[in-house]
This record gives sequence, C-alpha cells and structure tokens, in this order.
Amino acid sequence: MKSKVQSPMSKGSEPKAEINLSVKIGSLTLQNPVTVASGTFGYGVEYAQLLDLNQLGAVVVKGIRLGPVRGNPTPRTVEVASGLINAIGLQGPGVDGFIKKYWPFLKGLKVPTIINIWGTTVEEYAEVARRFDALAGVGALELNVSCPNIKEGGAQFGTDVKLLAQVVAACRKVTQLPLITKMSPNVVNIAPFAKAAEDAGSDALAITNSYPAMAIDIETRKPKLANITGGLTGPCIKPIAIKLVWEAAKAVKIPIIGMGGIQNAADAIEFMTAGATAVAVGTANFYAPQTPLQVIAGIREFMERKKISDVRELTGSVQIHKK
Amino acid sequence: MLEQTVQIVSNERDTDSYFRLVARAPQIAPLIQPGQFAHVRVLPMRDALLRRPFSIFQVEGETFSILYKNIGKGTEVLSRMRSGEELEVIAPLGHGFTLPNAGGEIPLLVAGGYGMAAMYLLAQRSPQKGIVFVGGRRRVDILCEKEFQALGWEVRVTTEDGSHGEKGLVTQPLLAEIRNPKSEIRNYKLFACGPTGMLKAVGKIADELKIPAELSMDEHMCCGVGVCLTCVIPVKAGNGWEYQRTCTEGPVFDSRQIAWEAAK
Repeated sequence: MKSKVQSPMSKGSEPKAEINLSVKIGSLTLQNPVTVASGTFGYGVEYAQLLDLNQLGAVVVKGIRLGPVRGNPTPRTVEVASGLINAIGLQGPGVDGFIKKYWPFLKGLKVPTIINIWGTTVEEYAEVARRFDALAGVGALELNVSCPNIKEGGAQFGTDVKLLAQVVAACRKVTQLPLITKMSPNVVNIAPFAKAAEDAGSDALAITNSYPAMAIDIETRKPKLANITGGLTGPCIKPIAIKLVWEAAKAVKIPIIGMGGIQNAADAIEFMTAGATAVAVGTANFYAPQTPLQVIAGIREFMERKKISDVRELTGSVQIHKK
Repeated sequence: MLEQTVQIVSNERDTDSYFRLVARAPQIAPLIQPGQFAHVRVLPMRDALLRRPFSIFQVEGETFSILYKNIGKGTEVLSRMRSGEELEVIAPLGHGFTLPNAGGEIPLLVAGGYGMAAMYLLAQRSPQKGIVFVGGRRRVDILCEKEFQALGWEVRVTTEDGSHGEKGLVTQPLLAEIRNPKSEIRNYKLFACGPTGMLKAVGKIADELKIPAELSMDEHMCCGVGVCLTCVIPVKAGNGWEYQRTCTEGPVFDSRQIAWEAAK
C-alpha cells in the first residue's frame, strides 16, 4: 500500500470542513435527514435491488394495523398534472404478517425502520403500538391519523383535536419508542393539532399526508377512482405542504419531518428552511427511485456551497421580513 | 431488475397508431424472460410523472424492443421520440410465462391487439411449436403476423369487421380448434395477452374445458416494483381471495388462480 502522509492543509488546499448531516427525532438518531414516506416504499425490500437502503436516514414502511387489510377496489390511482391521486385503502399484512414476512429483512438493515401504524379505534392504535414495542430493533412508530381513503380510522383521528390527543396518549402509555404523529393537511389551522400531538407525548410530527381529491372521466362521467375520492400527492402539493410545516413549526418545539412532493434536494432544503428537521421522499419513489439518494447528495453539495457545517442550521432558517 | 438510462435505436410506426421502439440495453437484454415488461420513464412528458409499463416484444443482441399503441399522453410523447434520445428504464420486471416443454402440451397463444407483443419471445423460445390466434377490431390491429409465421408457428387471424382473416372474435377459432373432433391433439395449454374481456373469455374456456392457461394481465401501474399496490387483481387465497400485484406476482397468472367474480 502506498503511504499517504500528505496533510489536508498542504499545497494550499483549503481544509475541508466536516459536514454533519445527522439529526435527531426524539431519541432516534438519523445519519442524515432523508427518509421515505409511508406507502411509497413498501417494506423496503422491494427497492433493495435498485438502491442501497443503508444510505437512507430511515426506512418508513407502509401503514400496518392489527390484522390484514384487503384494500380498496381498483382503479386505485390516477395520474394528474404534476401529481397522483391514490385510494389504495391501506392494503397490508397486519402485525403478524408483517413480522413474519418483512421484519427479518428490515431488522438486518443498518438504518432504523420507522413503522407506520393505524387502527379504527384508539385501543387498536395502542395495541399495535404495544405489539411493536415488544419487537426488538424498531426505530420509531409513526401514527397514521391522516389517511383519507379508509372509512374508519385514519383521518377521522387526525381532524379531531380530542381524538388525536387520545390516540397519541394511548400509544405513549404503552411504548417508549419515539412516536411520530403523521398529521392531516385537511384542517383549517394545523397549529392546535400540532400542539395537541406534542402535549399528548408525540416526539415528532410528520407533515403532511395526502390532500383529499377527485378526478372524473368526462367521456364516461365516472370518477376515475373506484373509491370516488382519494388523496393527492406529488410535486403539485409541495407549496401547500411547505406552508403547513412553517405553521406547525411555529406552534411546537418537537421536530418535524416534512414531506409533500419532494423531487430533489432543493425541495428538501425548502422544507427544512420552513421548519422541518428531516424530510421524506414520497411519490417520486414511484417514478424515480434514486431520488432519496440524490437528495442526500444534493443537501451535502448545498451545504458545501453555502459553507454550512451542520444540517440542523437549515431547520427553520426562513427569513420572514416584518414590516 | 436494473434501473438504467438507455438509448433509443429506432422508433418507427408499425401500422396505424402502433409503433416499434428498439432500445440499446446491453445489460438488461440478456436478463429478459418471455412475458416480462419494462417500466419506462418518458422524460419529455413533463407534468405526467409516472413511468409506463410495456411488454417486452423482441430481444436481439444488446437491444430489446417494445410494440406499443399510441393510446394516451405517455405513448403520444413516446411516439415522437427519435433514435439517439434517452429513456429511463427499469427492467426486466414481473413474473412471465412458463416455457412449454418439448414434446409436452401444444401451446395455443391467444392475443388481442398489442397483446401480440408479449407473445413473441414465448413463441421464439418455446421448444414446442403451436398455433397463434390473434384478434383485433380491424386489419391494422393485427400485428407482426409474418414474424410469428417466420418462427414456424401457424397464425389464425380474426377481425371484428372481417377486413382480415375470419370475421368475429379470437375465441371462435380457438374454440373450434380445441373442439375439433378430427384434431388428434388433445393436450393443449393456453397462453393469452390482450384486453381484460378477452382474457376473461379465455379463462372461461380454459376452466370449462379443463385446459391449463396462463394469462398476462394488463393493469394500470405506478411503481412497477410492488410498492404502490395500484395494479392489483383479485386472486384466490384460502377460502376467499386477496389482491395480488400484476407487476410482481404477475403480469402472468395461472387462470385458475384469478377470482373473476371479484374482478372489476
């Protein structure tokens, strides 16, 4: 092996500043702030052939309730300008199916797995949380109180301050795992919801889920989704999600994971500037699976260019001019 | 499964609104099995973000091709792309056809319209030759008939308007062949790709006459790799059925497994 004694200071080269990309979500440390949005990344294993999952901040799996869920009839998704409306209906294997089929792979990853959970009652949320609390190696739990595509559960909890607080408190009681509450965008003012989740013991907020939406085939006059309505995601929702993050960040002290239409590092940095500590890439995974890794690289380049040594400096750095 | 940027070698009109696109993909081409598909991102689509799935038609050396119909926003933009331009491709994807064994069941291939595209590799690589039944609305919907003949397969054509071959639906000559009392062959297997209505009819024939059948389902997709759960179809499981993914468990399913009563 060639000996390499050249110091980084020699020959006039500038010392390369160490860049910190790691962030904390409650007690959980992420090696970088880039995660994936629940429901857009399966259970991780599906993308393992296309990208190195160990480069991510965390893997976030699709929503799981106690038992298996068949999901909604088809068509379940429809492409719209710069976005996608989906009404999958949280199809999934349930807790036992997940542990049997997917956990052996996920627990072998070097990066944390965040498990998105849901139920149709407060008790079910708590029971699912308890089950995952008993599973060694889980990174954090994300409480899905904001899915618009199921008749019971989901958004009904995220759009009622009292129910939201009950769900968070019930899960808090049964686990010390970091709890991330995935907020519904479908509220007049997100601040009291964000505060309610924080007060009930949530360690972080995920903002946001999909926006209720609809598309109609004008030839047949039928809705394009079997479920009639669905949730809108993708780049078209980014500016509204940015505003929600900004508003929530003013209301709470706990970290926010920002998401909604992130396609590149600039989008991710915008969310962080608005107040997010970490971000999640969602719909872009469907058409450009390398996006999360490109976002990580792009954040690093941006920090080098702006001479920012710690990614946490980005969080909430938006400059609001007061009159 | 590989995710790569590939270069278009040619993209020519076949008949009417059908096009053939050849892409140079030296690493992907050797991996392709009959019945698999490519998930293609057409970057010039701009505000239409999703990839489009296409059955892989032919494989030749370092290239593979698709045979597609200009049917919507994605294929319209795709049809205007020229050689030298690039596509982002994830391929090969999905669970394809089972190759017939030499001396085994006689394969009867049933195709509707661009469903023919999914059949070519199967016919080419099958050690056992059989008959291709191809149907379409008009003459222009009958694709690559000569190429199947060149492989040594008999091709029987039907069109709904009678402009080419027998007038009617593709299932008519199929049934006639199977039921022909003079036919010495009794050991058939069906392979089909086409519109859902045609696949359902083929599935029914297979069921009633107790013939094995593999059906390649054509469903809308988003991710193509099994995460979004857009492309699901009802498949028998236990005492009932469950949704399975066309992109991953399919696109080719054993017809006996499909829970048609639950399908849309």
